[in-house]
Amino acid sequence: MKVLITTAAPDIGASIDPRFGRAASFLVVDTETGEWQALDNPALHSSGGAGIQAAQIASLNGCAAVISVEFGPNAFDALHAADIKMYQFGSAGSVEETLKRFKAGQLQQVGQPTSPGHHGG
Amino acid sequence: MKITVASGKGGTGKTTIAVALAVSLAEAARQNNGRPTAPLFLDCDIEAPNAHLFLKPDLKERKQVGVLIPQIDETRCTHCGKCAEVCQYHAVAVLGKKTLVFPQLCHGCGSCAQNCPEGAIREVLNPLGTLEAGITPAGIRFGHGRLNVGEPMAVPVIRQLKRWIQPKPGQALIVDASPGASCSVVEAARGSDFLLLVSEPTPFGLHDLKLAAEVAREMAIPAGVVLNRYDSAAQNTRPVDQVENYCRAEKLPVLARIPFQREIAAGIAQGKTLIEIHPEFTSLFAGIAEQIALMIEPARASTPDVEGEFHRIGR
Repeated sequence: MKVLITTAAPDIGASIDPRFGRAASFLVVDTETGEWQALDNPALHSSGGAGIQAAQIASLNGCAAVISVEFGPNAFDALHAADIKMYQFGSAGSVEETLKRFKAGQLQQVGQPTSPGHHGG
Repeated sequence: MKITVASGKGGTGKTTIAVALAVSLAEAARQNNGRPTAPLFLDCDIEAPNAHLFLKPDLKERKQVGVLIPQIDETRCTHCGKCAEVCQYHAVAVLGKKTLVFPQLCHGCGSCAQNCPEGAIREVLNPLGTLEAGITPAGIRFGHGRLNVGEPMAVPVIRQLKRWIQPKPGQALIVDASPGASCSVVEAARGSDFLLLVSEPTPFGLHDLKLAAEVAREMAIPAGVVLNRYDSAAQNTRPVDQVENYCRAEKLPVLARIPFQREIAAGIAQGKTLIEIHPEFTSLFAGIAEQIALMIEPARASTPDVEGEFHRIGR
Protein backbone atom coordinates (compact mmCIF):
# COMPACT_ATOMS: atom_id res chain seq x y z
CA MET A 1 0.00 0.00 0.00
CA LYS A 2 1.26 3.45 -0.91
CA VAL A 3 1.04 6.39 1.47
CA LEU A 4 1.88 10.06 0.95
CA ILE A 5 3.70 11.81 3.80
CA THR A 6 4.24 15.58 3.91
CA THR A 7 7.91 16.36 4.56
CA ALA A 8 10.14 19.40 5.01
CA ALA A 9 12.67 18.15 2.41
CA PRO A 10 12.58 15.65 -0.50
CA ASP A 11 14.27 12.80 1.39
CA ILE A 12 13.36 9.75 3.49
CA GLY A 13 15.44 11.18 6.33
CA ALA A 14 13.67 14.55 6.28
CA SER A 15 11.60 15.88 9.12
CA ILE A 16 7.84 16.01 8.74
CA ASP A 17 5.91 19.07 7.52
CA PRO A 18 2.58 19.65 9.29
CA ARG A 19 0.94 21.39 6.32
CA PHE A 20 -0.78 19.23 3.75
CA GLY A 21 -1.32 21.51 0.74
CA ARG A 22 1.65 23.78 1.48
CA ALA A 23 4.18 21.12 2.49
CA ALA A 24 7.69 21.63 1.15
CA SER A 25 7.64 18.14 -0.40
CA PHE A 26 5.74 14.90 -0.59
CA LEU A 27 7.16 11.48 0.08
CA VAL A 28 5.32 8.56 -1.51
CA VAL A 29 6.24 5.37 0.33
CA ASP A 30 5.28 1.78 -0.41
CA THR A 31 4.68 0.33 3.04
CA GLU A 32 5.35 -3.27 1.90
CA THR A 33 8.59 -2.83 -0.04
CA GLY A 34 9.86 0.31 1.65
CA GLU A 35 10.45 1.91 -1.76
CA TRP A 36 10.04 5.66 -1.72
CA GLN A 37 9.86 8.56 -4.11
CA ALA A 38 10.18 12.26 -3.21
CA LEU A 39 8.08 14.82 -5.09
CA ASP A 40 8.34 18.60 -5.08
CA ASN A 41 5.12 20.40 -4.19
CA PRO A 42 4.19 22.39 -7.30
CA ALA A 43 1.57 24.34 -5.33
CA LEU A 44 3.98 25.61 -2.67
CA HIS A 45 3.72 29.18 -3.96
CA SER A 46 0.40 29.08 -5.81
CA SER A 47 -2.24 31.54 -4.70
CA GLY A 48 -4.91 28.98 -3.91
CA GLY A 49 -6.11 25.43 -4.29
CA ALA A 50 -2.89 23.91 -2.93
CA GLY A 51 -4.71 21.26 -0.90
CA ILE A 52 -6.75 20.18 -3.91
CA GLN A 53 -3.63 19.82 -6.00
CA ALA A 54 -1.91 17.81 -3.28
CA ALA A 55 -4.93 15.50 -3.16
CA GLN A 56 -4.66 15.03 -6.92
CA ILE A 57 -0.98 14.15 -6.57
CA ALA A 58 -1.84 11.53 -3.95
CA SER A 59 -4.56 10.16 -6.23
CA LEU A 60 -2.37 10.09 -9.36
CA ASN A 61 0.35 8.24 -7.46
CA GLY A 62 -2.07 5.59 -6.32
CA CYS A 63 -1.89 6.42 -2.62
CA ALA A 64 -4.50 4.85 -0.36
CA ALA A 65 -3.63 7.12 2.56
CA VAL A 66 -1.99 10.46 3.34
CA ILE A 67 -0.28 11.48 6.57
CA SER A 68 0.01 15.13 7.63
CA VAL A 69 -1.46 17.43 10.30
CA GLU A 70 -3.43 20.24 8.71
CA PHE A 71 -6.09 19.27 6.21
CA GLY A 72 -8.18 22.22 5.00
CA PRO A 73 -11.81 21.84 3.91
CA ASN A 74 -11.02 21.65 0.18
CA ALA A 75 -8.26 19.10 0.68
CA PHE A 76 -10.56 17.10 2.92
CA ASP A 77 -13.37 17.07 0.32
CA ALA A 78 -10.99 16.10 -2.47
CA LEU A 79 -9.31 13.30 -0.50
CA HIS A 80 -12.67 12.06 0.71
CA ALA A 81 -13.99 11.95 -2.86
CA ALA A 82 -10.91 10.03 -3.97
CA ASP A 83 -11.42 7.57 -1.11
CA ILE A 84 -7.99 8.34 0.32
CA LYS A 85 -7.76 8.03 4.09
CA MET A 86 -6.24 10.86 6.14
CA TYR A 87 -4.03 10.38 9.20
CA GLN A 88 -2.16 12.69 11.55
CA PHE A 89 1.45 12.33 12.72
CA GLY A 90 0.57 12.66 16.36
CA SER A 91 3.84 12.57 18.30
CA ALA A 92 5.81 11.03 15.43
CA GLY A 93 8.59 13.40 14.38
CA SER A 94 10.38 11.47 11.64
CA VAL A 95 9.31 9.60 8.54
CA GLU A 96 10.68 6.36 9.97
CA GLU A 97 8.68 6.66 13.17
CA THR A 98 5.59 7.73 11.25
CA LEU A 99 5.75 4.62 9.08
CA LYS A 100 6.31 2.37 12.07
CA ARG A 101 3.28 3.77 13.86
CA PHE A 102 1.18 3.79 10.71
CA LYS A 103 1.86 0.08 10.15
CA ALA A 104 1.04 -0.63 13.78
CA GLY A 105 -2.27 1.21 13.36
CA GLN A 106 -1.31 3.80 15.96
CA LEU A 107 -1.95 6.97 13.95
CA GLN A 108 -5.11 8.97 14.43
CA GLN A 109 -7.44 8.94 11.43
CA VAL A 110 -9.02 12.25 10.45
CA GLY A 111 -12.79 12.44 10.04
CA GLN A 112 -13.18 16.15 9.37
CA PRO A 113 -11.07 19.15 8.20
CA THR A 114 -8.41 20.02 10.76
CA SER A 115 -7.67 23.57 9.63
CA PRO A 116 -10.02 26.38 8.61
CA GLY A 117 -8.65 26.73 5.09
CA HIS A 118 -7.30 29.83 3.44
CA HIS A 119 -8.03 32.08 0.57
CA GLY A 120 -5.13 33.54 -1.35
CA GLY A 121 -7.16 36.27 -3.05
CA MET B 1 -12.61 62.64 -15.31
CA LYS B 2 -12.48 59.28 -13.53
CA ILE B 3 -11.22 59.41 -9.94
CA THR B 4 -10.74 56.40 -7.67
CA VAL B 5 -10.47 57.05 -3.96
CA ALA B 6 -8.22 54.53 -2.19
CA SER B 7 -6.16 54.51 0.99
CA GLY B 8 -4.42 51.33 1.90
CA LYS B 9 -5.36 51.52 5.57
CA GLY B 10 -9.02 51.10 6.40
CA GLY B 11 -10.94 53.81 8.23
CA THR B 12 -8.90 56.77 7.02
CA GLY B 13 -11.93 58.44 5.45
CA LYS B 14 -12.15 57.19 1.85
CA THR B 15 -15.93 57.31 1.79
CA THR B 16 -16.02 60.65 3.63
CA ILE B 17 -13.73 62.22 1.02
CA ALA B 18 -15.28 60.48 -2.00
CA VAL B 19 -18.79 61.50 -0.95
CA ALA B 20 -17.77 65.13 -0.27
CA LEU B 21 -16.09 65.31 -3.67
CA ALA B 22 -19.20 63.96 -5.41
CA VAL B 23 -21.49 66.34 -3.51
CA SER B 24 -19.34 69.34 -4.36
CA LEU B 25 -19.28 68.39 -8.06
CA ALA B 26 -23.07 67.94 -8.03
CA GLU B 27 -23.46 71.34 -6.36
CA ALA B 28 -21.21 72.96 -8.97
CA ALA B 29 -23.30 71.36 -11.72
CA ARG B 30 -26.53 72.59 -10.12
CA GLN B 31 -25.24 76.15 -9.91
CA ASN B 32 -24.21 75.96 -13.55
CA ASN B 33 -27.59 74.77 -14.90
CA GLY B 34 -26.60 71.10 -14.88
CA ARG B 35 -23.41 71.45 -16.93
CA PRO B 36 -21.44 69.33 -16.72
CA THR B 37 -23.80 66.61 -15.49
CA ALA B 38 -23.72 65.69 -11.82
CA PRO B 39 -21.18 62.89 -11.25
CA LEU B 40 -21.62 59.15 -11.20
CA PHE B 41 -20.63 57.57 -7.88
CA LEU B 42 -19.72 53.89 -7.66
CA ASP B 43 -19.15 52.33 -4.26
CA CYS B 44 -16.76 49.49 -5.14
CA ASP B 45 -16.08 48.58 -1.51
CA ILE B 46 -18.43 45.67 -2.03
CA GLU B 47 -17.49 43.79 1.12
CA ALA B 48 -18.76 46.68 3.23
CA PRO B 49 -20.46 49.32 1.07
CA ASN B 50 -21.49 52.36 3.12
CA ALA B 51 -21.55 55.42 0.82
CA HIS B 52 -25.34 55.02 0.45
CA LEU B 53 -25.69 55.93 4.13
CA PHE B 54 -24.44 59.43 3.29
CA LEU B 55 -25.68 59.96 -0.27
CA LYS B 56 -29.09 58.32 0.40
CA PRO B 57 -29.87 57.15 -3.14
CA ASP B 58 -33.25 55.76 -4.11
CA LEU B 59 -32.02 52.26 -5.08
CA LYS B 60 -34.58 51.19 -7.66
CA GLU B 61 -32.47 49.04 -9.96
CA ARG B 62 -31.13 45.67 -8.89
CA LYS B 63 -29.14 42.94 -10.59
CA GLN B 64 -27.72 39.62 -9.42
CA VAL B 65 -24.18 38.89 -10.61
CA GLY B 66 -21.69 36.07 -10.36
CA VAL B 67 -19.30 33.94 -12.35
CA LEU B 68 -20.01 31.05 -14.69
CA ILE B 69 -18.78 27.86 -13.08
CA PRO B 70 -18.51 24.38 -14.58
CA GLN B 71 -21.19 21.77 -14.06
CA ILE B 72 -20.02 18.26 -14.90
CA ASP B 73 -22.26 15.86 -16.79
CA GLU B 74 -21.17 12.62 -15.10
CA THR B 75 -22.79 10.52 -17.85
CA ARG B 76 -20.36 11.99 -20.40
CA CYS B 77 -17.26 12.60 -18.25
CA THR B 78 -14.48 10.08 -18.83
CA HIS B 79 -12.33 11.53 -16.00
CA CYS B 80 -9.54 12.22 -18.47
CA GLY B 81 -8.32 15.11 -16.30
CA LYS B 82 -8.02 17.72 -19.06
CA CYS B 83 -10.24 20.20 -17.16
CA ALA B 84 -8.15 19.91 -13.98
CA GLU B 85 -4.96 20.27 -16.00
CA VAL B 86 -6.01 23.55 -17.67
CA CYS B 87 -7.50 25.12 -14.52
CA GLN B 88 -4.99 27.58 -13.10
CA TYR B 89 -6.91 27.86 -9.83
CA HIS B 90 -7.39 24.17 -9.00
CA ALA B 91 -11.11 24.75 -9.01
CA VAL B 92 -11.64 21.44 -10.81
CA ALA B 93 -10.07 18.22 -9.58
CA VAL B 94 -10.24 14.75 -11.07
CA LEU B 95 -9.79 12.12 -8.41
CA GLY B 96 -10.07 8.58 -9.68
CA LYS B 97 -13.62 8.23 -10.99
CA LYS B 98 -14.84 11.55 -9.66
CA THR B 99 -14.60 15.08 -11.02
CA LEU B 100 -15.05 17.71 -8.33
CA VAL B 101 -15.76 21.42 -8.73
CA PHE B 102 -14.74 23.95 -6.03
CA PRO B 103 -16.94 26.97 -6.80
CA GLN B 104 -15.12 29.33 -4.41
CA LEU B 105 -11.85 28.90 -6.30
CA CYS B 106 -13.39 29.32 -9.77
CA HIS B 107 -12.63 32.59 -11.56
CA GLY B 108 -15.08 31.81 -14.34
CA CYS B 109 -12.53 31.79 -17.16
CA GLY B 110 -14.27 28.94 -18.98
CA SER B 111 -11.06 27.09 -19.91
CA CYS B 112 -12.37 23.76 -18.55
CA ALA B 113 -15.51 23.86 -20.71
CA GLN B 114 -13.59 24.89 -23.82
CA ASN B 115 -11.02 22.13 -23.38
CA CYS B 116 -13.32 19.26 -22.44
CA PRO B 117 -13.01 16.69 -25.26
CA GLU B 118 -16.33 15.08 -24.30
CA GLY B 119 -18.46 18.22 -24.14
CA ALA B 120 -19.30 17.16 -20.59
CA ILE B 121 -19.03 20.63 -19.03
CA ARG B 122 -21.87 23.11 -19.00
CA GLU B 123 -21.37 26.56 -17.45
CA VAL B 124 -23.89 27.73 -14.89
CA LEU B 125 -24.12 30.99 -12.96
CA ASN B 126 -22.73 30.91 -9.44
CA PRO B 127 -24.24 34.01 -7.78
CA LEU B 128 -21.64 36.07 -5.89
CA GLY B 129 -23.47 39.27 -5.11
CA THR B 130 -26.00 41.92 -5.97
CA LEU B 131 -25.67 45.27 -7.70
CA GLU B 132 -27.99 48.19 -6.90
CA ALA B 133 -28.37 51.59 -8.50
CA GLY B 134 -30.41 54.76 -8.25
CA ILE B 135 -30.33 58.55 -8.04
CA THR B 136 -29.51 60.54 -4.89
CA PRO B 137 -31.54 63.61 -3.79
CA ALA B 138 -28.57 65.76 -4.93
CA GLY B 139 -28.91 64.31 -8.44
CA ILE B 140 -25.88 62.02 -8.26
CA ARG B 141 -26.20 58.78 -10.21
CA PHE B 142 -25.26 56.08 -7.72
CA GLY B 143 -24.34 52.41 -7.88
CA HIS B 144 -22.91 49.88 -5.48
CA GLY B 145 -22.30 46.17 -5.15
CA ARG B 146 -22.81 43.83 -2.27
CA LEU B 147 -20.82 40.61 -2.04
CA ASN B 148 -22.77 37.65 -0.65
CA VAL B 149 -21.71 36.68 2.86
CA GLY B 150 -19.03 33.99 2.81
CA GLU B 151 -17.93 34.59 -0.78
CA PRO B 152 -14.19 35.22 -1.00
CA MET B 153 -14.03 36.66 -4.52
CA ALA B 154 -14.81 40.36 -4.89
CA VAL B 155 -13.25 41.14 -8.26
CA PRO B 156 -15.97 39.75 -10.56
CA VAL B 157 -18.65 41.75 -8.72
CA ILE B 158 -16.62 44.99 -8.90
CA ARG B 159 -15.94 44.40 -12.60
CA GLN B 160 -19.60 43.84 -13.35
CA LEU B 161 -20.67 46.91 -11.35
CA LYS B 162 -18.32 49.09 -13.40
CA ARG B 163 -19.61 47.57 -16.61
CA TRP B 164 -23.27 47.86 -15.59
CA ILE B 165 -23.19 51.61 -14.91
CA GLN B 166 -20.78 53.69 -16.94
CA PRO B 167 -20.34 57.46 -16.94
CA LYS B 168 -21.93 59.40 -19.77
CA PRO B 169 -19.62 61.54 -21.93
CA GLY B 170 -18.53 64.53 -19.85
CA GLN B 171 -19.81 63.01 -16.62
CA ALA B 172 -17.24 62.68 -13.82
CA LEU B 173 -16.87 59.28 -12.16
CA ILE B 174 -16.00 58.90 -8.49
CA VAL B 175 -15.10 55.36 -7.42
CA ASP B 176 -14.89 54.51 -3.74
CA ALA B 177 -12.45 51.58 -3.45
CA SER B 178 -12.03 49.08 -0.65
CA PRO B 179 -9.15 49.35 1.81
CA GLY B 180 -5.96 47.44 1.12
CA ALA B 181 -3.78 47.27 -1.97
CA SER B 182 -4.85 43.97 -3.50
CA CYS B 183 -7.00 42.76 -6.40
CA SER B 184 -10.19 44.55 -5.30
CA VAL B 185 -8.46 47.93 -5.25
CA VAL B 186 -6.73 47.29 -8.58
CA GLU B 187 -10.05 46.32 -10.17
CA ALA B 188 -11.76 49.42 -8.74
CA ALA B 189 -8.95 51.69 -9.98
CA ARG B 190 -8.67 50.11 -13.43
CA GLY B 191 -9.43 52.70 -16.12
CA SER B 192 -9.21 55.65 -13.71
CA ASP B 193 -7.43 58.87 -14.63
CA PHE B 194 -6.46 59.65 -11.06
CA LEU B 195 -5.98 57.88 -7.75
CA LEU B 196 -6.90 60.00 -4.75
CA LEU B 197 -5.19 58.48 -1.71
CA VAL B 198 -6.72 59.28 1.64
CA SER B 199 -4.36 58.88 4.55
CA GLU B 200 -4.01 59.95 8.14
CA PRO B 201 -0.87 61.09 9.93
CA THR B 202 -0.29 57.89 11.92
CA PRO B 203 2.40 55.22 11.48
CA PHE B 204 -0.23 52.80 10.14
CA GLY B 205 -1.68 55.40 7.79
CA LEU B 206 1.76 56.14 6.37
CA HIS B 207 2.72 52.47 6.08
CA ASP B 208 -0.35 51.67 4.00
CA LEU B 209 -0.18 54.92 2.03
CA LYS B 210 3.15 53.66 0.70
CA LEU B 211 1.48 50.44 -0.47
CA ALA B 212 -1.37 52.33 -2.13
CA ALA B 213 1.08 54.73 -3.80
CA GLU B 214 2.89 51.68 -5.17
CA VAL B 215 -0.37 50.46 -6.73
CA ALA B 216 -0.74 53.85 -8.43
CA ARG B 217 2.82 53.68 -9.72
CA GLU B 218 2.43 50.09 -10.93
CA MET B 219 -0.81 50.98 -12.75
CA ALA B 220 0.74 54.21 -14.11
CA ILE B 221 -2.12 56.31 -12.72
CA PRO B 222 -1.28 59.81 -11.43
CA ALA B 223 -1.96 60.13 -7.71
CA GLY B 224 -2.44 62.75 -5.02
CA VAL B 225 -3.09 62.66 -1.29
CA VAL B 226 -5.72 63.99 1.08
CA LEU B 227 -4.56 63.93 4.69
CA ASN B 228 -7.48 63.36 7.01
CA ARG B 229 -7.60 63.80 10.80
CA TYR B 230 -4.84 66.32 10.38
CA ASP B 231 -3.96 67.64 13.82
CA SER B 232 -1.65 70.59 13.27
CA ALA B 233 -1.81 71.47 16.96
CA ALA B 234 -0.75 68.01 18.10
CA GLN B 235 1.91 67.83 20.78
CA ASN B 236 3.65 65.06 18.91
CA THR B 237 4.24 66.40 15.41
CA ARG B 238 6.34 63.43 14.33
CA PRO B 239 3.60 61.45 12.50
CA VAL B 240 2.54 64.60 10.65
CA ASP B 241 6.13 65.39 9.67
CA GLN B 242 6.75 61.83 8.53
CA VAL B 243 3.76 61.67 6.20
CA GLU B 244 4.43 65.17 4.83
CA ASN B 245 8.08 64.29 4.21
CA TYR B 246 7.10 61.07 2.48
CA CYS B 247 4.67 62.87 0.14
CA ARG B 248 7.27 65.52 -0.64
CA ALA B 249 10.00 62.94 -1.34
CA GLU B 250 7.70 60.86 -3.54
CA LYS B 251 6.34 63.96 -5.33
CA LEU B 252 2.81 63.05 -4.25
CA PRO B 253 0.91 66.34 -4.06
CA VAL B 254 -1.08 66.85 -0.85
CA LEU B 255 -4.35 68.24 -2.21
CA ALA B 256 -6.05 68.92 1.12
CA ARG B 257 -5.64 68.57 4.86
CA ILE B 258 -8.89 67.85 6.72
CA PRO B 259 -8.75 68.88 10.38
CA PHE B 260 -9.11 66.42 13.23
CA GLN B 261 -12.35 67.63 14.83
CA ARG B 262 -14.91 66.15 17.15
CA GLU B 263 -17.79 67.81 15.30
CA ILE B 264 -16.77 66.06 12.04
CA ALA B 265 -16.77 62.66 13.77
CA ALA B 266 -20.14 63.40 15.38
CA GLY B 267 -21.64 64.51 12.05
CA ILE B 268 -20.35 61.45 10.19
CA ALA B 269 -21.84 59.24 12.91
CA GLN B 270 -25.21 60.85 12.12
CA GLY B 271 -24.89 60.13 8.40
CA LYS B 272 -23.99 63.69 7.40
CA THR B 273 -21.56 64.43 4.60
CA LEU B 274 -18.50 66.56 5.22
CA ILE B 275 -20.18 69.30 3.15
CA GLU B 276 -23.27 69.22 5.38
CA ILE B 277 -21.09 69.46 8.49
CA HIS B 278 -18.91 72.22 7.03
CA PRO B 279 -20.67 73.95 4.08
CA GLU B 280 -17.55 76.09 3.62
CA PHE B 281 -15.70 72.91 2.50
CA THR B 282 -17.57 73.07 -0.84
CA SER B 283 -14.89 75.32 -2.28
CA LEU B 284 -12.11 73.17 -0.77
CA PHE B 285 -13.44 70.12 -2.62
CA ALA B 286 -14.10 72.08 -5.81
CA GLY B 287 -10.43 73.06 -5.54
CA ILE B 288 -9.39 69.40 -5.20
CA ALA B 289 -11.34 68.55 -8.38
CA GLU B 290 -9.69 71.46 -10.22
CA GLN B 291 -6.21 70.39 -9.16
CA ILE B 292 -6.91 66.81 -10.26
CA ALA B 293 -8.19 68.00 -13.66
CA LEU B 294 -4.91 69.86 -14.16
CA MET B 295 -2.83 66.82 -13.25
CA ILE B 296 -4.56 64.37 -15.57
CA GLU B 297 -2.72 64.14 -18.82
CA PRO B 298 -5.04 64.97 -21.71
CA ALA B 299 -3.96 61.82 -23.56
CA ARG B 300 -4.84 59.57 -20.69
CA ALA B 301 -8.36 60.94 -20.44
CA SER B 302 -9.18 59.43 -23.82
CA THR B 303 -7.52 56.04 -23.23
CA PRO B 304 -10.14 53.29 -23.25
CA ASP B 305 -10.45 51.11 -20.18
CA VAL B 306 -8.20 48.09 -20.15
CA GLU B 307 -10.22 44.95 -19.66
CA GLY B 308 -9.41 42.40 -16.99
CA GLU B 309 -7.09 39.60 -17.95
CA PHE B 310 -9.85 37.01 -17.56
CA HIS B 311 -12.37 38.90 -19.60
CA ARG B 312 -13.85 36.97 -22.49
CA ILE B 313 -16.03 38.35 -25.24
CA GLY B 314 -19.63 38.41 -24.14
CA ARG B 315 -18.93 38.19 -20.42
